Amino acid sequence: MTATQERAEVAQEIGRDRRRKEDQRLITGRTRWTDNITMPGMLHLAMVRSPFAHATITSIDKSEAEAAPNVVAVLTGADLGESQGTLINAWAITTDQVAPAHPPMPPDRVSFAGEVVAVVVARSAAEARDAAELVDVEYDELPAAVDLKAAARDEVLAHPDLGTNKSAFWKFDSAEAGTGGDVDEAIAKARDGGVVIEREYRQQRLIPAFMEPRSVVVDPTGEQITMWSATQIPHILRFALAATTGVPESKIRVIAPDVGGGFGGKLQTTPEEWLVFAIARRLGKPVKYTETRSESLMVGHHGRDQWQKLTLSAEKDGTVTGLKVELLADLGSYVSLIGGGVPVLGAFMFNAIYKFPAYQFNCQTVLTNKTWTDAYRGAGRPEATFAIERLMTELAAELDMDPLELREKNWIRHEEFPFTTVAGLEYDTGNYEAATAKAKEMFGYDELREEQRRRREAGDTVQLGIGVSTFTEMCGLAPSRVLGQLNYGAGGWEHASVRMLATGKVEVTTGASAHGQGHETAFSQIIADRLGVPFEDVEVLHGDTQVAQRGLDTYGSRSLVVGGEALVRAADKVIEKARPIAAHLLEASVDDLEFSGGRFSVKGTDQGMSIAEVSTAVFTAHDYPEGIEPQLDSDATYDPVNFNYPHGTHLCAMEVDTETGQVKMRKYVCVDDIGTIINPLIVSGQVHGGLVQGIAQALWEEAVYDDAGTLVSGSFTDYLLPTAADTISFDIDHTSSPSITNTLGTKGVGEAGTIASTPAVVNAVVDAVRHFGVNDIQMPCTPERVWKAVHDRDAGGGDPTTGAAAPHFDSSTGMDGTVDRTTGGTL
Amino acid sequence: MTRISLTVDGSKVADDVEPRMLLVQYLRERLGKTGTVVGCDTSNCGACTVHLDGTSVKSCNVLAVQADGAEVTTIEGLATGEDLHPVQEAFRECHGLQCGFCTPGMIMQSVALLEENPQPSEEEIRLGLEGNLCRCTGYHNIVKAVQQAAGQGAAS
Repeated sequence: MTATQERAEVAQEIGRDRRRKEDQRLITGRTRWTDNITMPGMLHLAMVRSPFAHATITSIDKSEAEAAPNVVAVLTGADLGESQGTLINAWAITTDQVAPAHPPMPPDRVSFAGEVVAVVVARSAAEARDAAELVDVEYDELPAAVDLKAAARDEVLAHPDLGTNKSAFWKFDSAEAGTGGDVDEAIAKARDGGVVIEREYRQQRLIPAFMEPRSVVVDPTGEQITMWSATQIPHILRFALAATTGVPESKIRVIAPDVGGGFGGKLQTTPEEWLVFAIARRLGKPVKYTETRSESLMVGHHGRDQWQKLTLSAEKDGTVTGLKVELLADLGSYVSLIGGGVPVLGAFMFNAIYKFPAYQFNCQTVLTNKTWTDAYRGAGRPEATFAIERLMTELAAELDMDPLELREKNWIRHEEFPFTTVAGLEYDTGNYEAATAKAKEMFGYDELREEQRRRREAGDTVQLGIGVSTFTEMCGLAPSRVLGQLNYGAGGWEHASVRMLATGKVEVTTGASAHGQGHETAFSQIIADRLGVPFEDVEVLHGDTQVAQRGLDTYGSRSLVVGGEALVRAADKVIEKARPIAAHLLEASVDDLEFSGGRFSVKGTDQGMSIAEVSTAVFTAHDYPEGIEPQLDSDATYDPVNFNYPHGTHLCAMEVDTETGQVKMRKYVCVDDIGTIINPLIVSGQVHGGLVQGIAQALWEEAVYDDAGTLVSGSFTDYLLPTAADTISFDIDHTSSPSITNTLGTKGVGEAGTIASTPAVVNAVVDAVRHFGVNDIQMPCTPERVWKAVHDRDAGGGDPTTGAAAPHFDSSTGMDGTVDRTTGGTL
Repeated sequence: MTRISLTVDGSKVADDVEPRMLLVQYLRERLGKTGTVVGCDTSNCGACTVHLDGTSVKSCNVLAVQADGAEVTTIEGLATGEDLHPVQEAFRECHGLQCGFCTPGMIMQSVALLEENPQPSEEEIRLGLEGNLCRCTGYHNIVKAVQQAAGQGAAS
């Protein structure tokens, strides 16, 4: 067989704004969400959950529920015993970490409001839920550890048997590590002739609030038990099920079908998954559980929740000399899958893009009687970025410098890369000057500063603030050896395989598990370029342990930079396997073959054949070289050599109504350097969505508990997710310093917007009212908090909201308190 | 049980339903119209938005019995054969979706919005979609998709 079929030159796919392959199904409703699955004889679960944050279960009367129509069983922790397995913590951050046992359904004591105490199994979801109301549980309420700082003082114990709420203390010190100087010396020196900025910031508790509530179906009727779950981590889930239930891994198949968002919230192994698994096995029938939104907000893991005590030292000219970080991190009631590792992921990032000569990070994780916390978009790095970007802005204010000039004075210059930081990381590439210059131009920085000056001088009731965030992050989790050093329980590699089909089409499997990111499209583009096959001919398969058998799933902006590299390497192996076969068929020497544009050609001739033709030839296998297998399929497992360091400059303009405390976003510009861009359309979506999640932390979202440990923001009526009407359109662009640690030069983008935007917004709000003596406003910056910050002084202390608000409104107009002053005045 | 008959995506259907059954439950559980999804339990998220006699409604906020005799259009009935509705096409063209869970409701609401106001301003689009939550896109590309469907310029 020789090449007779010429193919038009394929346009370069990488860099094209391909429309997504995923969309046709999603825009027509032809979707495969877990909750859509129905099976013959399928049973439904409803959970009976504790209303108390901390209580002993004294009795459970199931009789009335068991007698309800179509109820099959009512099961408690005592009924299931060890058959329910246990939930794991994959990252004990210290070897002496204190962690309670974590049964999916405890038999005797509940340690947060929402914990499952009984499960009702019925023929329909509605009947299960009806009967759940009939389960009579008696509790002896125990004192609950709710407030993080109080819990850290062990005033009330979340788990009395443990004797303390302190789970683990983790420290990094640059002097001890040999990566920098002594931070206490630097601070002491700055107290005498330099500048010291000391602040305490609150990272409020957030809820990931993915749009698809979690759902799980288990079918135990096959030889392999199959679990469908709305999860980010089918492979880790399968491993953990096998490790804790005694069921061999080879007897478990996990499928993550269409998954409706995750943002870290579905990077978890959940009590509900374990209970469905145990009950399906016990009853021998397919079983489904889908949570309500209220359950999702109450018991799906939360994020952030830290107090950050920060000390930054500098010389009087603005040169930073030291940074000391002391964190209290609220774990909630259990040390969950990543748990205490989340704040530690920030440990290497507080120093950010700046050349601190001395650095120290201390983190105390604390158990409380609240919903457990774990990864939420950014996981550790938003906290770090918020702290340092707020501090750098405060230092600039203290020294009366422009915040960008102060940053430039301290950041790593582009000619200094690769740069080893005081936290011991090697940043491979970056150009902070270029991103900042572009962002300033797009923003109209100087003009907005001028407008700000005019409004201040005129005493305008609506003040303008400009916020800066020049962030970097570490992503692409992660080099396995580094994870090993950090005592993490797994590796950080990713796997891919490329299957060359007889008809020339290509199936690709990836261990990354998409839940909205667009892997099917971006990965098709990579393979199309690498193998020189049409984009349409590539099918990307994922999220099923039987199909993509090896993988470590999707989180930490890792899919492209780790999974994409595995894909490149598998594709390259396909080409190398095809080469001797093509040479044989073309009757040429292997050394005389060139591969380009999907085609092997014999140098200096017009002879050649496409890789698709080689695929067909190995399928028929009529003619191939001796000693070679007749197939091209190839696998690759890639373990990254380094983290990956995207960066960017984000500029935000906020208008603050000083009479009402209302804030309004005027403009948001960001220039992110994420190296090579595979698909600019997908990148724009990641940036926009990331920005809004970060902005939402700054302005709107907070999971609030009452003193008894009850979540009071447990519905979308109370937990303020932004809407289209709350947000604006963004101006985004890029500079590019390709990464040198992966073949394609890519950097992660999934978390960048969220990591960068929060401090940009808060810096802008504070900047707008700094001349009132304000240097901080706690997140979320609600109108009440902003108003209080502005008026604390003129109200003479006490509660400034009482009495003082009315005089700002003119009752004579009849518009008392109703005038919209949020649109701002113009000068 | 109450007998209802209605037209859903052009097909006549009739069933006995519990009076408490929600329209969205009827669509998903009885008719297998799983394109329409449930995202919350407080009628905040809008993921379940369908058209009831030409008006957009949150189908978690309508009882199945209230739809008796009505004409219901879901995301599954929006395209004409292979031809996508212009709003569906615009969502794909402008990357107005990521995970896609809010998308059925978002598209159905956008269609209703444009029927009421064929040339909306950006602010009118944003206000018109206020009852539909999306966690992935930051709304930027959703707004662009609606603008494009309204003939207000191409995607970039």
